[in-house]
Amino acid sequence: MQTALFLSQLLNGLLDGFYYLLIALGLSLIFSLGGIVNLAHGAFFAVGAYMAIVLTPYLGFFGAVIVGPLVVAAMGIVVERLLFARFYRIDPLYSLLLTFGLAMVLEQSMRWIFGSAPLAYSIPDALRGQIFMGEFIYSRYRLFTIAVAIIAIGLLWLLLNRTAFGRIVRAGIQNPDILGTLGISLRPYLSAVAAIGIGLAGLAGILMAPIQPVHPAMGAEVLVAAFVVVVIGGLGSFWGVVLAAILVGLVKGFMAAIDLTSWSLASIYLLMFIVLLVRPRGLMGERILRFE
Amino acid sequence: MTAGRKINRRAILQSGGAVALGALAAPGILRAQNGPIVLGHLTPRTGFLGPLGDYAVMGVDLAVEHINADGGINGRELQVLKEDSVNPQTASTKAERMIERDEVAAITGEISSSSTLAIGQVAERTKTLFVNTGGNSDTLRGSDCKRHMFHVETQNAMYLNGEGFYFLNNNLVDGKRWYLPTADYAFGHDLLNGAKAFLARNNGEIVGDDLVATDATDFSAIMLKIRSAQPDVVALNLAGTQITGFLKQYGEFGLDFPIGGFGFDTQSAWAAGPENFKGTWPSVWNHLIDNEESQAFTKAFVDKYGMPPENQAWSDYTALKIMAKAMTDVGGTDTAALIEYLEGGAKFDLMKNRQGYFNPSNHQLLQEVYAITALPESEVENQWDIFTTSGPVIGEDQPLEILIKDAVGGTCSFDA
Repeated sequence: MQTALFLSQLLNGLLDGFYYLLIALGLSLIFSLGGIVNLAHGAFFAVGAYMAIVLTPYLGFFGAVIVGPLVVAAMGIVVERLLFARFYRIDPLYSLLLTFGLAMVLEQSMRWIFGSAPLAYSIPDALRGQIFMGEFIYSRYRLFTIAVAIIAIGLLWLLLNRTAFGRIVRAGIQNPDILGTLGISLRPYLSAVAAIGIGLAGLAGILMAPIQPVHPAMGAEVLVAAFVVVVIGGLGSFWGVVLAAILVGLVKGFMAAIDLTSWSLASIYLLMFIVLLVRPRGLMGERILRFE
Repeated sequence: MTAGRKINRRAILQSGGAVALGALAAPGILRAQNGPIVLGHLTPRTGFLGPLGDYAVMGVDLAVEHINADGGINGRELQVLKEDSVNPQTASTKAERMIERDEVAAITGEISSSSTLAIGQVAERTKTLFVNTGGNSDTLRGSDCKRHMFHVETQNAMYLNGEGFYFLNNNLVDGKRWYLPTADYAFGHDLLNGAKAFLARNNGEIVGDDLVATDATDFSAIMLKIRSAQPDVVALNLAGTQITGFLKQYGEFGLDFPIGGFGFDTQSAWAAGPENFKGTWPSVWNHLIDNEESQAFTKAFVDKYGMPPENQAWSDYTALKIMAKAMTDVGGTDTAALIEYLEGGAKFDLMKNRQGYFNPSNHQLLQEVYAITALPESEVENQWDIFTTSGPVIGEDQPLEILIKDAVGGTCSFDA
């Protein structure tokens, strides 16, 4: 029984990691290409959760899972064109202030529109229930969210590594100036990357709406955890962020497994601390000339 | 003659000066006697208690409307300065600013027990009255009590005893195994201590008491532990949005051990929704209480805001009504006179069967408490009425004092 619980907790932590991954990847991508640290990422996660509530009556839950991220991504394009675009070439401190302000504006707007009391939203009937594997029990809904996350992350990997779009984005991350001399404008790519990154945060918000309280400030915890994942994984590295998310999930799961649940949140900061001491660039961080 | 003339002239000048000074000073004196009475209100508007804070502010606005419509306090208009208390440090700074710069007559509000203590310390130092509307910790009525701090919000012991009656009556304590997920801050720790003492007295066993960070949103690890522990009862010492998240994930993992808790706000039930809300919970007041005053308040609230009042709105509304009555009866805002009045057994209408009064030895408002029970999903007709309420959990012949019996958190001494 105890071994089963130990393994259950490890596996649960691992699966938890995928949820951080969805948010961390977008955060990493936006920073790598444009140098913007998007502190509003958590707010877009909350916007996604509200999208689930707004869209479900018209499109059903599954419709909301498809359309919601697209709406949030469209908001990402507007924000990128109107705001981010003015901050790419100046001190990153200004973009920190900008996105911090943006996070507050978004949160207050949600409070204004929906009120600050959490809104009720439940798991759709088709995904209710649990799956039993011996001693291990897992929520059917969570398996669904993990499947969606894996598909989204897989598609993103294909896009970045197997298409012309991805080649330009990767080149832009390393050296935007050379890309400019080749006659390739980075502008549409910056917009597209912001849309993808923010859309992924929206998708995570929609997926979490049935199992977390939906309220305007719900993005705060997830934003911090996503930052930890990005820092541990290292900037500019797709697999670094994936590895970090798995590691963070496993460490959290391990703390729960050895009956130190109350330490599970603190443990991920400790992990970040150790990684930064040993490898300041993160586990698989690439050397990006612009940021050196 | 000469001397008399001189004296007369001096007398005339002096009296003239006195009249002139009097004329200059009069508007000020008039203003102080007839101008508005200004109170300060602090409560969290952000963070995991922020949603409750919004209900608090709605309650305050409605109370101000009602009090001023009834002629104010001795003919003077009531005004309330409202601010987000954020955290204990900010709460303390803002309380000081309200008292020293804005010269408020008293402070009310708060939800977080930690911030309640911070404001209580400022109130004690500046000799200003503070009426707590949301901090439940027993310690605030025990070793941390303050002469200038009064509590309209129930203390943990009242919830524990109230909910305890329910568990005892349903045979869920003696020899039963309990799991107690607990919020990792003053309120949760205090409640856990109370719950441990309650279970020790009644021969209950604790099989788990995980501390949960206030910003944690994922409870899956605890769900797995609970399932493995197979308890007879799961009782939450959680607060705010934590309860909602926990209930949603409890349903998600298909756990069906009897569930309840020693702290509760109706908002947590509404936010969990009828599919996820289960169990029996303590309630200081709820919108389904079947008496004329409660239903009139609920109607006024629905008319103004389009939704029924949460118990936090009741608490802040009631605190202002109590303060208005006290200031009217005392004939002003003198702090020492108000304390003497509140300690003197004055009775207040609380929209409940019995009137309430402050316990002079710890400043807790003694009042009836209730228990609410989730309705089965199939019987729910709208998003608000998703539970039923009991009557007062103690009988008419039992004294209200039994509700604060066995409180943990030390002994109150106002001289310390």
